Amino acid sequence: MENVVKTFGSLTVLDEIELTIHENEFVTLLGPSGCGKTTLLRILGGFEMPDSGKVIFSGKDITNVPPNKRPINTVFQKYSLFSHMNVEENIAFGPKNSGKSADYIRGKISYALKLVNLEGYEKHDVTKLSGGQQQRIAIARAIVNEPKVLLLDEPLSALDLKLRRSMRQELVRIKRETGITFVFVTHDQEEALSMSDTVVVMNQGYIQQVGTPENVYNEPENAFVADFIGDSNIIDGVMVHDKLVRILGREYPCVDVGFPLESPVDVQIRPEDITLDAPQEDALNGVVTKISFWGMSYDIIVSAGGFDWLIQSIHRREVGEEVSLHLDPENIQIMAKPQSEDEAKLVEQ
Amino acid sequence: MFQSVTVRNLFLVPFCLWAGIFIFIPLVCIIYYGLTNSGGSFTLDNIAIITQREYYYSLRLSVVLALITTIICLLLAYPLCLILIERAKSAGTIIILLFVLPLWMNTLLSTMAWQTIFERDGILNQVLRLLSMPDMTLINTPTAVVIGMIYNYLPYMVLPLYVTLSKIDKSIFEAARDLGANSWQTFLKVTLPLSLPGAISGITMVFIPALTTFAISALLGGSKLLLIGNVIEQEFTVEYDWHLGSALSIILMIFIVINMVLTIFFDMSRREEE
Amino acid sequence: MISRLKTVYLAIIFLFLYAPIGVLIAQSFNASRYRGHWTGVTLHWYESLFTKSDIVDALSNTFSIGILSAAIATVLALITCIALREVGKKSRAMFMSVANVPILNADIVTGISLMLLFLGMGMRLGYGSILIAHVVFNVPYVMLCIMPQLLALDKSFYEAALDLGASPFKAFTSVVLPEIRSSVCAGFLLAFTMSADDFIITYFTRGAGVDTLSTKIYSELKLGIHPEMYALSTLVFVFIAIFVMLFAMNRKSNFKAEDLL
Repeated sequence: MENVVKTFGSLTVLDEIELTIHENEFVTLLGPSGCGKTTLLRILGGFEMPDSGKVIFSGKDITNVPPNKRPINTVFQKYSLFSHMNVEENIAFGPKNSGKSADYIRGKISYALKLVNLEGYEKHDVTKLSGGQQQRIAIARAIVNEPKVLLLDEPLSALDLKLRRSMRQELVRIKRETGITFVFVTHDQEEALSMSDTVVVMNQGYIQQVGTPENVYNEPENAFVADFIGDSNIIDGVMVHDKLVRILGREYPCVDVGFPLESPVDVQIRPEDITLDAPQEDALNGVVTKISFWGMSYDIIVSAGGFDWLIQSIHRREVGEEVSLHLDPENIQIMAKPQSEDEAKLVEQ
Repeated sequence: MFQSVTVRNLFLVPFCLWAGIFIFIPLVCIIYYGLTNSGGSFTLDNIAIITQREYYYSLRLSVVLALITTIICLLLAYPLCLILIERAKSAGTIIILLFVLPLWMNTLLSTMAWQTIFERDGILNQVLRLLSMPDMTLINTPTAVVIGMIYNYLPYMVLPLYVTLSKIDKSIFEAARDLGANSWQTFLKVTLPLSLPGAISGITMVFIPALTTFAISALLGGSKLLLIGNVIEQEFTVEYDWHLGSALSIILMIFIVINMVLTIFFDMSRREEE
Repeated sequence: MISRLKTVYLAIIFLFLYAPIGVLIAQSFNASRYRGHWTGVTLHWYESLFTKSDIVDALSNTFSIGILSAAIATVLALITCIALREVGKKSRAMFMSVANVPILNADIVTGISLMLLFLGMGMRLGYGSILIAHVVFNVPYVMLCIMPQLLALDKSFYEAALDLGASPFKAFTSVVLPEIRSSVCAGFLLAFTMSADDFIITYFTRGAGVDTLSTKIYSELKLGIHPEMYALSTLVFVFIAIFVMLFAMNRKSNFKAEDLL
């Protein structure tokens, strides 16, 4: 995609989006609702026209190609199975439109149903299927057309938690078996991190960061990404010099280089990366103000140096207990402050 | 569903033409006839005729009977709808079907059947005589006309009311009871306000036809009981005074417009509250 | 106690609703041709019914006008609703209120205004003018039936069809139309019912020699109704009653009262 801009009235939903999707990639568009991810997907599918910019597919400009002529298929959020057709007729709808033979279609249907683990469901009424089954039929219906790209618009959002988890693995498996490029839209960071090759973090019509799941989690480029993906402590800091940052009046060694001297930065520290100890002289000391149990670990809020730190720990602490906080240099992530006011507004969101 | 706005607008063309020719122009025709005399020059005389005694009486009688009909329909419909909804749960939809079924009997014939019932030697009086009770004189009275109207228009009150009432989430009633309201309070504070949109459309659907009918009054009211609808009909089919008939129609339209404005006004104030 | 009161109330209302129908059905078997005089049971009126050409004509006019006007109104309403789905809320409300004018307006005014229009255009009143008039008041009823379901239909059904390679026309006929078929059918049936039961508008827009059942009955009122008319109405009523009951049995699970009106 090149320079895609989409506005609805005075609202700019997408602003100069540039994104390259590689063949056989599992790309996730991740962002809060209203960030433009669905609009971007609909532009790829041909359901919306960009106001400017182009959609290039294998070197060809397909911006004005209608959806029925694109080598791209979509799995819709609410599946949109045709309720007056049974499973078989739903899946056959696409191949029939492209004039495939009955034998070919029959073969394709059984292949697709096998792929989604619903063999023998040909004659079932789609409205009587469970949410998870409908989901699989929607995927089968899309992939029988052998699209080059499969677009999935929050396909798991209507399923319950357990089903969602197992469908994630299913999707990755289907992706691997078919070799189709997947473009997946979600607001669920767990989904994005666990399934994708590439995560595209979006906010307010801008792409915030593109990278591997490890990349966006461990090295977020700005405070929005850091905050949106996982839990974070984000603190104002000042870069003293390369590999040394000043936070809350204390200097900490870190691993980042290349920031101007004495420049203000955002510092991100993951709650699981902070270790708590008995209070010590010459350390950042604080008091536990709140503790809640989450099954695997405790969320502990420690007030230290005028900041409420979120710490995840498997060890219980008592409210009122005095502790000291320890940070390892490699766990301190330095991010540039937003350059413009426009960007700053985004980060604040 | 359209690739471009032009295609979409093209789809609206047939309707616009249709509405222009068969909704807008006919109303212009009626206003033109109503405000001109046979020579084609502008006059308000035809409208002013409503101040004459006989026309004024017809109009007043029509309004009064339509109001009575509407109020009785409303009073009958509320308990009926609540019972129907309750019974539909156990007895199924058959009970509602039984209710709408009479709608498919020709209106004129069933009204005529009421004539057979109400007549001096009609079924009602024969039954009364069997029970050694005094005769009732109903035919050619306003009462007979009102009963005929209720019979014909009650479904138009019940159906919108039923639809609105059945859409109200049952837990709302339970919540009201839970919060200490008795059934009467629940009805006044919860059922009534929530079903108001249905009641309003029911009122419109009963009041306007009741105000403007001429068939029911012709059958059950006799030749002396003239509603405004009968007067207009006679102007067109007996007197052939289209100008006067149109003028009286304009007066009816004023009522209809007032009704529409009130409905829209109510609708808007309700939306604002939401 | 309260439950019994409710049953009594219901029974009184049903008695009220069915009393005239009972009277009409009884009259269709009455040997006397005069109302209210019971002289014995006969099936004579059912026999002579189909030899009365004027009644048969009125019946066939009622049916053909009903079906034609409902069909034309459905097509027009469908085209309009599809376009209205895509316009803004305000314009849609405006269009709908224009369409609703024939419903909100009094039948007598609609009838007279159409008569003035037809005569003003130099058109002869007759079958054609009745048909047009019926389409006029049927369009809004069909629109009121279709619009909610079409608005509730997720856009993605249509998009899914396009996505799977269907042309816009095919996507509409093979996906959108079947998805909204219940409201289209309901609209058609409602329009047919309205048309068949209409008296006032037909009365003003008909010409000499053309009658529907309603106008035929009205013209007979003064001279006394042919008892064949009772026989016909009874037949029609029983036929519809059976049809409606079967319909309800068939789709007991997802049947709603709104489907009927």
